[in-house]
Amino acid sequence: MSVAQPHPLLEIRNLEKVYQLNSGLLQRIARQPPLSLRAVDKVTFSVKAGETLGLIGESGCGKSTLARTVLRLHEPTGGSITFDGTDITKLPQKDMTALRRRMQIIFQDPYASLNPRKSVEDIVGLPLALHGLAHRREIRDRVVAMLESVGLKTAHLGRFPHQFSGGQRQRIGIARALILNPSFVVCDEPVSALDVSVQAQIIALLESLKRELGLTYLFISHDIGVIGHVSDRIAVMYLGDIVEIGPARELLREPKHPYTKALLSAVPQIDAGAKRERVKLTGDLPSPLAPPPGCKFHTRCPFAVDRCRRQVPALRNVGSDRTAACHLVDAA
Amino acid sequence: MHSTRSSATDMSAPLLSVRSLKTCFPTRAGLVTAVDGVDLDVYPGECLGIVGESGSGKSVTFASVIGLVRSPGYVAEGSIRFGGVDLRRLDSNGWRRLRGRDIAMTMQDALTALNPALTVAEQIEEVLLAHAEDLPKRGRQAAVRERAIEMLRLVGIPAPAKRIDDYPHQFSGGMRQRIMIAIALSCRPKLLIADEPTTALDVTIQAQVLDLISDLRRELGMSVVLITHDLGVVAEHTDRVAVMYAGQVVEAGPTRELIDRPKHPYTRGLIGLIPRLSDLDAPIRPIEGQVPELIGLGGICRFYDRCEFRASKCRTDISMIDVGPDHRARCIRVEEILQ
Repeated sequence: MSVAQPHPLLEIRNLEKVYQLNSGLLQRIARQPPLSLRAVDKVTFSVKAGETLGLIGESGCGKSTLARTVLRLHEPTGGSITFDGTDITKLPQKDMTALRRRMQIIFQDPYASLNPRKSVEDIVGLPLALHGLAHRREIRDRVVAMLESVGLKTAHLGRFPHQFSGGQRQRIGIARALILNPSFVVCDEPVSALDVSVQAQIIALLESLKRELGLTYLFISHDIGVIGHVSDRIAVMYLGDIVEIGPARELLREPKHPYTKALLSAVPQIDAGAKRERVKLTGDLPSPLAPPPGCKFHTRCPFAVDRCRRQVPALRNVGSDRTAACHLVDAA
Repeated sequence: MHSTRSSATDMSAPLLSVRSLKTCFPTRAGLVTAVDGVDLDVYPGECLGIVGESGSGKSVTFASVIGLVRSPGYVAEGSIRFGGVDLRRLDSNGWRRLRGRDIAMTMQDALTALNPALTVAEQIEEVLLAHAEDLPKRGRQAAVRERAIEMLRLVGIPAPAKRIDDYPHQFSGGMRQRIMIAIALSCRPKLLIADEPTTALDVTIQAQVLDLISDLRRELGMSVVLITHDLGVVAEHTDRVAVMYAGQVVEAGPTRELIDRPKHPYTRGLIGLIPRLSDLDAPIRPIEGQVPELIGLGGICRFYDRCEFRASKCRTDISMIDVGPDHRARCIRVEEILQ
């Protein structure tokens, strides 16, 4: 694990992504009440240069929307994004395109994220061509070098995605993201679609590339074992909110927020005796269209008191470099 | 610690006994032997875990057991005995009486396994009616509906009497998985085969569904085969486990024994791959290379190319050898490796 430097590469303040539903013409004619879905609800965090911030949460909690909003692949509806000292929230599209050389993303599904009709050379070389960074001859050389560093061969240049296994496809996706020499990479569930032995190969590759190239990762996964292994710090999301952030080790050893406790205690452990006391949750995730009032977690929280149903808890300090949004956790 | 292990598994006669099972699929590239010489026993009341990566043959093994190998695939060799009945000799009438009543299976993807055009009530009642010969004709429908509601209540669906007339898409992923379990358990089978029952689910819901299966197993006294790729799930919910690789069982034994003292290099590799929350500094050690194509294998250990202990004597067909009490592994170098 690398020692993170103090300078934040990415700073997110009160970031919001709200989708307006029922706002189409037909719905307006039918006078359906407008609905807003707060996929990302006033989220604040920062990522230091050189660190890996892990983001965990269950499906539908807004992890991927958050990551894409950070890269402005989705436009934020509120708050600010500062990348390396520059406020990019309102940056014109042209400047944003130039900046994207430094912010890249690796997608979850290595089957859907590669164009089936393009060769590996075209797929990995396209970012260079789009940004006008290299001539045709040079592109080939750089693609070959990139393929080698992700464990593929020159012989693979002319092949098409369907000729590769899932793990190899993910290597192609990684090569495409890294060929522009970015400093910040969002890894959006990069190993979830892979078998465990291949998963381990890709994690090892991402870690060694991070060391070699000095990358900063925002690493999203629903697999807490994977997140625990790659992250310096971990953020936990629930229904569009970050409910807890802290250094990986401490957060996993001693979770503060009841949701983090429940999540960690549900992970099946192979070591006898490693199992924590189970914090059982009842019920399903509430609909994000009608989140519960007060603390959004109170409907499933085994410790909820009256105050939780009325008052929204704010993220506050609960230890050194640790924050949590819960009324019941003692402030530091 | 949450334990589901019934310490003294009844070691009388196995409920299900599979010997030398071989299942093949003809393809353009050649004959794929997806399952090759699998031996398995499931005893009454126990939970047997089957672990392996995709393509290891774990699902095809149990599709063979329940007679659902998709054409052009076929069971080529071996015997499958269930409570004294030879399942390979069963005709379609025999299967109709057995499936659903004595053996039930839940499929991996609950959304595609359930019929989107039928209500949950219709789908549970269908199974119950198919096996309701003993019920009097009069009032059968009402009795069956009552039973279906009872099943939904058992698997923890809130307001079952109301929700039973809903369609599958009106339920969440975890609830759909519960509905499949309700259908599978509605006739109180002796054996439940659960194929990756929680793979598509989040951990908190996964824990609920696995606890449910364990509770029901104890309550109904049935046997469970839990097919999964997750060793953590195996560790917490099974009594014995078989590890599959490239169509074969490569190691089998009591769960705790196998996880604490794995013998086969693949099992050892698999356990080394798991990122452990209890030890974040333990490096994840990948197994390099890939699973072999399942065409024309033989004459060599299937793990040979990826094995760090390979030797010239591994270039032969390897059979299972005893490596401990009720613990067997398919490796001829076990003694040397462990030194």
